[in-house]
Amino acid sequence: MSKRIDVSDLNAYYGDFLAVEGVDMVIEPRTVTALIGPSGCGKSTFLRTLNRMHEVIPGAYVTGKAVMDGQDLYGPGIDPVEVRRQVGMVFQRPNPFPTMSIEDNVLAGVKLNNRRMKKADADELVEGALTAANLWNEVKDRLDRPGSSLSGGQQQRLCIARAIAVQPQVLLMDEPCSALDPISTLAIEDLISELKNDYTIVIVTHNMQQAARVSDRTGFFNIAGTGRPGHLIEMDDTTTMFSTPTVKATEDYISGRFG
Amino acid sequence: MAVIAPPVPVRRTRRLPSWAPWAVLVGSLVLAALIQFLGEGPTISGVFFIGAIIFTIAITVTSRTVEGERLSKDRLATTLVTLAFLLALIPLVSLVWTVLSDGITRFGPSFLSTDMVGVFGNMVEGGAFHAIIGTLYVTGIASIISIPLGIFCAIYLVEYGKGRLAKAITVLVDVMTGIPSIVAGLFAFTLFLILFGPAYKAAIIGGIALAVLMTPVVVRSVEEMLRLVPNELREAAYALGVPKWLTIVKVVLRTAIAGITTGVMIAIARVIGETAPLLITVGIAQNVNWDAFDGRIATLPVYVYRQYAQGGPSADRAWAGALTLIIIVMLLNLVARLVSRYFSPEGAR
Ligand SMILES: Nc1ncnc2c1ncn2[C@@H]1O[C@H](COP(=O)(O)OP(=O)(O)OP(=O)(O)O)[C@@H](O)[C@H]1O
Ligand SMILES: [Mg+2]
Repeated sequence: MSKRIDVSDLNAYYGDFLAVEGVDMVIEPRTVTALIGPSGCGKSTFLRTLNRMHEVIPGAYVTGKAVMDGQDLYGPGIDPVEVRRQVGMVFQRPNPFPTMSIEDNVLAGVKLNNRRMKKADADELVEGALTAANLWNEVKDRLDRPGSSLSGGQQQRLCIARAIAVQPQVLLMDEPCSALDPISTLAIEDLISELKNDYTIVIVTHNMQQAARVSDRTGFFNIAGTGRPGHLIEMDDTTTMFSTPTVKATEDYISGRFG
Repeated sequence: MAVIAPPVPVRRTRRLPSWAPWAVLVGSLVLAALIQFLGEGPTISGVFFIGAIIFTIAITVTSRTVEGERLSKDRLATTLVTLAFLLALIPLVSLVWTVLSDGITRFGPSFLSTDMVGVFGNMVEGGAFHAIIGTLYVTGIASIISIPLGIFCAIYLVEYGKGRLAKAITVLVDVMTGIPSIVAGLFAFTLFLILFGPAYKAAIIGGIALAVLMTPVVVRSVEEMLRLVPNELREAAYALGVPKWLTIVKVVLRTAIAGITTGVMIAIARVIGETAPLLITVGIAQNVNWDAFDGRIATLPVYVYRQYAQGGPSADRAWAGALTLIIIVMLLNLVARLVSRYFSPEGAR
């Protein structure tokens, strides 16, 4: 269950403001792709174009192509809701549904869509997703407690479990560890390495070590100045990017000589 | 070289013992009473009024000499805030007390279960059963119209509305919130006059009049509650491939339901005591009218108004009617609290 995405000449706008310009990128299946770059260069914006979450913001729209499985996500007649079922997302801040129990949070994709499911299947799905998210052992005795009763790191893993419970092809993660302590961060990094056997993963991170540790390929975004659009500067295998980048800006950013 | 200031030890302040404020309070009240003996003898309100002033000064000065300036300011602020609270409580308590003490004379099972058929002159029998039914009818009709209308309108404003139309609706809702209730009554009256002629009188007319008053209140409070739902929850649902309408029903409304219930109850309480529009539209009746679409109907506010105007033993019925109205509102409030308790997320309780 994983797919390749070919992005070509993709622009993302907020109203009149062009936030990301002309991105060409190939996202390989069963790999972890890391997106790095300075704050405000459009990493989150680009990531959200991949599951059509960008256009949820009033006035925001996208031009260009993102082809998954031979089908342009922005083609005519494509339902954004269907796209989001295939391309899941984990947000920077953990956002479990406060009115739901831990179990219901995992089943949210099923329950909110009014789909029926046998109790046994549901139990299996919950256990499977929570196990995959490395959370099962911590919560198996209190599945009916509210999701907000967990710690921040546990909540984030709960959100990952929720995202993989709908069995997407691709998983997008926007700085999933930025609010977490080093131990939870490690837990999530381990999780990412495991998940990549089944999913295509795109992760935004500010942490160079993290990008180096978890990703197979890395893309560097940069921005020429405030108010200017962000660009994909360079993209390559992570080892190449971190050892011998071809663009000077990449080298400066990675080695911390930026700005 | 920068001069490094020597470390300052954390100063320990002397505090007043916890009984001190109470002692000062008793002292102030006694002093206030004594002062009044110089004049025409102490009255309750006088003791409290002068006592409050003395206490405010005394506690601040005492605290300043013992505890220092910062803590004395704290004491002063605490005292003023508490006084303001007590002051605000006075009209409320006195209102409840007046209605209770005057209403209890007639209030009772027979008052709640009889109507006014065959009651005249100085008879002390009779009750408000017909008016209770009428109030439930009229308010019920208003709620059936206003609650869905208001909630849908608020959903539109928060989740879909943008541009001119939404702005226009917002302005209209604002204007409607300020409509005098008598105007709503005249509106409903005229509407039915045009549609069904002058002979038609029914609870539904009053219901419409109240709906005109209630809808903007519902819209406003529900709108506020929906805006409180964090956007992250909507995005979380979208990212799971949940369509927008299901997100609204199952995430937004579900998260906001406790607040929505409270808002709706406030809106009901706002209109249940309306008198003027009901005087115009449904008038008064002596007996129970079970048909909401035909005939005059009695309602509690109009009943209270009429009975009070008659004076004598009828005035007692007016107070009992007022008490009934307050009890109904309190029951509604209780229900709202139970509902919102039931729906609110466990961690937030
Ligand atoms: N909702 C929005 N409306 C208008 N402009 C926005 C919106 N969100 C982001 N932007 C703008 O788009 C540009 C890119 O923002 P984006 O959030 O994608 O940056 P980022 O690379 O994710 O930064 P960070 O690393 O700080 O998260 C910024 O200039 C930002 O001001
Ligand atoms: Mg970002």
